[in-house]
Amino acid sequence: MEFKYTILILLLPLLSFLLLGLAGMKMRHRLAGSIGTISLGVVALLSYVTAYNYFTLDRTAEGVFPTVQPWNFEWLPFTESLHIDMGIMLDPISVMMLVVISTVSLMVHIYSFGYMKGERGFQRYYAFLSLFTFSMLGLVVATNIFQMYVFWELVGVSSYLLIGFYYTKPEAIAASKKAFIVTRFADLGFLIGILLYGYYMGTFTFTPVETNLMGAGMILPWALGLMFVGGAGKSAMFPLHIWLPDAMEGPTPVSALIHAATMVVAGVYLVARMFPLFIAYAPDTLHIVAYVGAFTAFYAASVACVQSDIKRVLAFSTISQIGFMMVALGVCTSADPHDGGLGYMASMFHLFTHAMFKALLFLGAGCIIHAVHSNEMSAMGGLRKYMPITHITFLIACLAIAGIPPFSGFFSKDEILTACFQFSPAMGWIMTVIAGMTAFYMFRLYYGIFWGTENKQLHAEHTPHESPLTMTFPLMVLAAITIFGGFIPFGEFVSSNGHAYTIHLKASVAVTSVVVAVVAIALATWMYARDRQPVADMLARRFPRLHRAAYKRFYMDEIWMFVTKKIIFRCISAPVAWFDRHVVDQFLNFMAWSTNAAGEELQPIQSGKIQSYVVWFFGGAIVLTILLLLLL
Amino acid sequence: MNILSLFVLIPLLMLLGLWLARNLNQVRGVMVAGSSALLLMAVYLTISYISLRNGGAEGEMLFVDEVTWFAPLNICYSVGVDGISVAMLLLSAIIVFTGTFASWKLKPLTKEYFMWFTLLSIGVFGFFISTDLFTMFMFYEVALIPMYLLIGVWGSGKKEYSAMKLTLMLMGGSTFLLIGILGIYYGAGATTMNVVELAKLHIPEWMQNIFFPLVFVGFGVLGALFPFHTWSPDGHASAPTAVSMLHAGVLMKLGGYGCFRIALYLMPEGASVWGDLFLVLTTISVVYGAFSAIVQTDLKYINAYSSVSHCGLVLFAILMMTRVSSTGAILQMLSHGLMTALFFALIGMIYGRTHTRDIRQLNGLMRIMPFLSVGYIIAGLANLGLPGLSGFIAEMTIFTGSFQNPDIFHRVCTIIATMSIVITAVYILRVVGKILYGTCTNPEHLKLTDATWDERLSVICLIVAVAGLGLAPFWVSDMISNSVAPIVSHLIH
Repeated sequence: MEFKYTILILLLPLLSFLLLGLAGMKMRHRLAGSIGTISLGVVALLSYVTAYNYFTLDRTAEGVFPTVQPWNFEWLPFTESLHIDMGIMLDPISVMMLVVISTVSLMVHIYSFGYMKGERGFQRYYAFLSLFTFSMLGLVVATNIFQMYVFWELVGVSSYLLIGFYYTKPEAIAASKKAFIVTRFADLGFLIGILLYGYYMGTFTFTPVETNLMGAGMILPWALGLMFVGGAGKSAMFPLHIWLPDAMEGPTPVSALIHAATMVVAGVYLVARMFPLFIAYAPDTLHIVAYVGAFTAFYAASVACVQSDIKRVLAFSTISQIGFMMVALGVCTSADPHDGGLGYMASMFHLFTHAMFKALLFLGAGCIIHAVHSNEMSAMGGLRKYMPITHITFLIACLAIAGIPPFSGFFSKDEILTACFQFSPAMGWIMTVIAGMTAFYMFRLYYGIFWGTENKQLHAEHTPHESPLTMTFPLMVLAAITIFGGFIPFGEFVSSNGHAYTIHLKASVAVTSVVVAVVAIALATWMYARDRQPVADMLARRFPRLHRAAYKRFYMDEIWMFVTKKIIFRCISAPVAWFDRHVVDQFLNFMAWSTNAAGEELQPIQSGKIQSYVVWFFGGAIVLTILLLLLL
Repeated sequence: MNILSLFVLIPLLMLLGLWLARNLNQVRGVMVAGSSALLLMAVYLTISYISLRNGGAEGEMLFVDEVTWFAPLNICYSVGVDGISVAMLLLSAIIVFTGTFASWKLKPLTKEYFMWFTLLSIGVFGFFISTDLFTMFMFYEVALIPMYLLIGVWGSGKKEYSAMKLTLMLMGGSTFLLIGILGIYYGAGATTMNVVELAKLHIPEWMQNIFFPLVFVGFGVLGALFPFHTWSPDGHASAPTAVSMLHAGVLMKLGGYGCFRIALYLMPEGASVWGDLFLVLTTISVVYGAFSAIVQTDLKYINAYSSVSHCGLVLFAILMMTRVSSTGAILQMLSHGLMTALFFALIGMIYGRTHTRDIRQLNGLMRIMPFLSVGYIIAGLANLGLPGLSGFIAEMTIFTGSFQNPDIFHRVCTIIATMSIVITAVYILRVVGKILYGTCTNPEHLKLTDATWDERLSVICLIVAVAGLGLAPFWVSDMISNSVAPIVSHLIH
């Protein structure tokens, strides 16, 4: 099977970006939006065709799907073996990602018609969306690690541009800057990792030769660890997560696409991409990934329990869920899914289901924000009667993320927990507790929006209403995927060693996780479903410090401000600049001044008076004569 | 007649034309005709160079020609180009062309301004086509002197001080250079000043140890080597737009080019002795320039310090002495030349409207002058190394090349230098956030207009060049890499 047509998957969004970027200003909103959406529709269609064609290919003799490279050309040569190539590589995970990205992106394109209607810069918005989609697709089909880095940077910049879409808003400017710089800092680790990898492996491709792998010794774990730093930045792992909650300043559909479903899982994808090397040569580094992921998942879940801005809750929930995916990859102990390698499949499965239901949650949040013109839960409450479609779809997504069967999240999360229990019971129980926290905060959010105390005064002034069809249609599509997505035989397509793996639920884990989720939901119902919330208030009063610290996200942003403002600006840059002006430059000025001064001093000698010249002449002659006599 | 000599001849004819020109339109006509001709020549030269090489042309230099000029000292007017000089000629031609349009409305004394501007370009073109040490030096001096007048007369701010400082520092550098060149000539016991011929001779090691630092520092001053870089912020800040463009875009490249072509090529043993010391200095340049840029408040100062950092990277890469890193150095010269010219052009255009370059007094320009603002963002993204624009390929080539030195010392220097990609992002985004985004608070600024056609032409040309290099780096990278090889093979590890 030839896959030459896959190049269109990349070219169409690029062309759409160029067209909208160069000529968008002169277009009408509807035309610009249509160009973007139609090209994305074609991309989605091509992705589905590719997925179908790819997964119906015959497996090779080893029982795995073949890796296909329909396109690859040398883009920037360094040496004989080191060069950056640009190309398309199809393997199970990249094909899976193509489907995820194009689906969510298409839904966001359609949704934005309604959400961004009449906004200034509508064409620019669609141009950036196309740019982002192009970059993200390029990232997942990368044939080598350097191509991945190239597109990695491009998704970073499209994220920067989209977060700062409302560029007259100071918070948006600050957030976009922060997002770019924090991820850039992490990318430094990625870059050094790539350089190390390239030097010792002698190639930038994902499959170095055996001798180089064996000879690298401790270098490979370091290189992979540094790459993970880059992944941790993009995927918002603690402590590099600080940019993600602020990134919510961007338009909500953007948050759904970039900061929930696609770009933020790039780090997970990176680890998955390097998984064969991790598992064979750096298992300890892989376990560090697990610990970082577990801590992040816990931290973010605890912060999410007390936030009042609905997008922030969702942002922390995203961080926590990505933590789950990282943990799943990190707990793998072998490449065999039947023996310690289950986590790989679980992680990719969760990536897939999470992308769908988290995009759904964000798009639902967008409808809500659209209806009440506020992000704060205090402006909501009781919205279920005003917006039935949003309500139902949001509930479906909440049930999915909480891990209630038969919704998709249950299946993928269950696989993750099984993998964790295989790794160690402690890890299994910790992740189960965090899963319980997830169910709790999601239902706190759900009740806070749709039930609870209604802000009657606000709603009387401006009655909330259901969104137009352009916005509710994507919700319904995503909800359908969330309901049925769990039944996809995912293991048949993606598994750690490429062989078909049949997913089978482990009864003990499934029962435990469902019980924990139900208990957590019940707790949330008890605390938040009613008009008054005495328990929650009492807890906040009993533990004011803890509540405050969690609300302030454990002061991570203050630490960030301290590092940038105080350390980088005041303690490094300002002294360096001062040193340059007052020491280096003044030294040169001093040289100039001393030359001048010496000239001033010597000037009287050039007096123009013959008499003094004669005196100097004879004086000199006498001194020379004496010297000569003495020497002779 | 040799095609290369046209690069000097055309500007000479332009000078004549300018001298005869009676009015502004004639002056502009001469400049447009001349600079377009130069640009076309440069493109033609690039294409024919590549096709000759693909056709299997041997020899380090192509299009060689030689005319004896002063026989007793073996001084010849000898020209020839390899991939490095072709790249530099193309860069210079682009900058001269766009610089002409960037100073379209310059007043007063337009005619005289363009005459000095053209003289400056003679020096630049002459330097890049020369293969004779002495001729090279002469053209180098020709390029320096007009700068003094261009800044001193048409500049802004404390222009006399800046012009004097710049000229004195660069002249000081060329004193070292002259001693160095004579040292090479007599040290090699040569009967020629031709660089390629000289490279075949051997200069005694002790003489290399003396003359290498002289030549390296001599050129390094122009390449903004720490601590001899302080002419750059003042000089750029005071210079008129097109002069900043030409200076940062091309003139600073003379430094890197000279270091590579003369200091390292002719004195490899000196380079191996002194290399580590200078490597430390250039590593400092890279990070120091970037950190200094963070707290500046004047747009031109920010860009000048950014140039210190980026040109530091050129010298850094040269001193890494691998084929890949040296290729990266030349790519970085090309890339920095284009993107910094774009930056200075835009800053000049913004300054021309708002009459301030203080970032604390500018805000919300995006709504007022969208074209210039978008251009500024593109320049900024190129500067911070966004893939698809020229900065990325140059930096990545440099870092990959530097990493081929496996010892700890070079590794540490490389890792410190890579930090600059983060710091660059900080100062670029800080400025973009401050001056372009937000809401404009100054009612005077609300009345301003966006770019005119001449400004647009200049900006678009530069953006196309930056994106062209960034999107399709393979052809230029190959061309440079092949020309770098003979020089690098000379070096000792």
